[in-house]
Amino acid sequence: MSQPESAVADSRAGDRASGSSPSGKESLSALAERHGLRRAIARPSLPAYLRQLWDRRHFVFTYATSRNVSKYSDSALGQLWQVLTPLLNAGVYFLMFGVIMGQKADITNYTAFLITGVFVYSYTQRSITGGAKSISGNLSLIRALHFPRAALPLAYTIQEFQQLAISMGVLAVIVLVTGESLTWLWLLVPFALLLQTIFNVGVSLLLARVGAFVRDMNQLLPFILRTWLYTSGVFYSIPARMKDAPEWARFLLEFNPPSVFIDLIRHLILSTYPQDLAKHHFPHSSLPQLWLYAGFWAAVALIGGFWYFWRAEERYGRG
Amino acid sequence: MAVAELTKELSQMAHPNDEAASQPAAEPVDAPGAPTVIVDGLHIVYRVYGAASAAEKGNAANALMRIIRRQGRPQMKEVHAVKGVSFVARHGDAIGIIGRNGSGKSTLLRAIAGLLPPHKGSVYTDGQPSLLGVNAALMKELTGERNIVLGCYAMGMTPAQVRERYDEIVEFSGIGEFVQFPMSTYSSGMGARLRFAIASAKVHNVLLIDEALATGDRDFKRKSQERIHQMREQAGTVFLVAHNLDVIEETCNRVIWLHKGQIKMDGDPATVLAAYNS
Repeated sequence: MSQPESAVADSRAGDRASGSSPSGKESLSALAERHGLRRAIARPSLPAYLRQLWDRRHFVFTYATSRNVSKYSDSALGQLWQVLTPLLNAGVYFLMFGVIMGQKADITNYTAFLITGVFVYSYTQRSITGGAKSISGNLSLIRALHFPRAALPLAYTIQEFQQLAISMGVLAVIVLVTGESLTWLWLLVPFALLLQTIFNVGVSLLLARVGAFVRDMNQLLPFILRTWLYTSGVFYSIPARMKDAPEWARFLLEFNPPSVFIDLIRHLILSTYPQDLAKHHFPHSSLPQLWLYAGFWAAVALIGGFWYFWRAEERYGRG
Repeated sequence: MAVAELTKELSQMAHPNDEAASQPAAEPVDAPGAPTVIVDGLHIVYRVYGAASAAEKGNAANALMRIIRRQGRPQMKEVHAVKGVSFVARHGDAIGIIGRNGSGKSTLLRAIAGLLPPHKGSVYTDGQPSLLGVNAALMKELTGERNIVLGCYAMGMTPAQVRERYDEIVEFSGIGEFVQFPMSTYSSGMGARLRFAIASAKVHNVLLIDEALATGDRDFKRKSQERIHQMREQAGTVFLVAHNLDVIEETCNRVIWLHKGQIKMDGDPATVLAAYNS
């Protein structure tokens, strides 16, 4: 047993301010320094932080998979909802914009065009929604265990990526059934999705910090994301709509990150889509330009989002 | 562990004060009395969100204005939970923290674990203290099996370590074939046992235990006390928060009495508990 008496004495010494040590008794901070103890809360340097995050990769993946498994465990159809949800969404949008509002005019294969847009957009949308809640919705976890907090928004994006993999299988079937042909360009789809995933991770990190400290963000986010949906050319073709508009306005809409990723995937898997654009002589961004934009957004979002998130690392979970 | 050893452990658990005299070798001899945790004039203030009044609820315009003005929710209250606490914990200490509800015990543990930033003062530690609380990472819809893996990863274990400890966790929890079922089907005692088994699977430098022993049957209580005793030998320092004073008396060699966020008394269990009970 250690000496309780001395411990009591130590604690009394500590009641006095740490800097101004009274004569005869060293201050607690000096005692800590002499024994090589460090402060419990300190933000790790960026390289150390990345290393910690890498060490927790198993947790990130297991957490993402576990959330996906538990998400549908209560419903009778179970995991099947991972396929049904995007399909039903696409059905609703087809009825709304394809049939009722008649957007089909300029586009030969509107079904495939629309469903590609819906699936690609909803990947970004769900990553952002999840990311914004990843810190504020897991306060008990943050207050109980030590791990780099970026693991949470990262896990939420990976969870969405796992769902996307299923959606993409569904999408491939729909696209082929509606009369598109398999081309070599399909091989580039994983790279496009990789860039989109990097972009999603960056934006999730950004919104995770915002959502952690601005609690009303979760109420506002659905409105922001719906507005973004309408400006991203999910159910209409931006080049077709902007054919008479000034060049800069068209560029602005096409440079918008979700539009970039949606158009990129459309160019890769729908051979009728570029043909439509060429036939009507709509000015539009070329495929290499789209790759450039996608790479730009991925890099900016990841670096910016990660840096911004890391800056507040030690303050998450405080309240 | 062999049965003979186990009985010996248990008898030591029952008479902790005899232990130092009869079993001096059981104490860590490498650095007797070297500090592991130093808490220096610590103040903790955290925010609590009250229920919104009818006028503020769900009004988008109000919400937007608050964001623009960078205000928090209007009912936000600051709670000054820990007010100037200082003490030094040393190798081989098992420190019980007692006090009424709301006296700042759990907050103090979280601050030592580095999970709550100090408002004023500081906490110095040797290595990373860990809170024995993996509960928040577990998901009740998942099977015990998946939860063991998830919980171990959440505590930062590697896949090799998880494979190595898996059987031991299942055995210690004593839930048997229930490990294949979702945790939502467990009785509260079984859930508590599995959680403790997962949480205590990792070797900790400084271990912080918050009310982990409140649940479970007598048998499991004994097993977990024995586990804490083992950890104390490996770890050096154990902090234990409990309302059950018997547990404190049997496990700890030092007790800190917190009252309204301040230390009212700090010393050996017999003295402090006598004062606390009177």
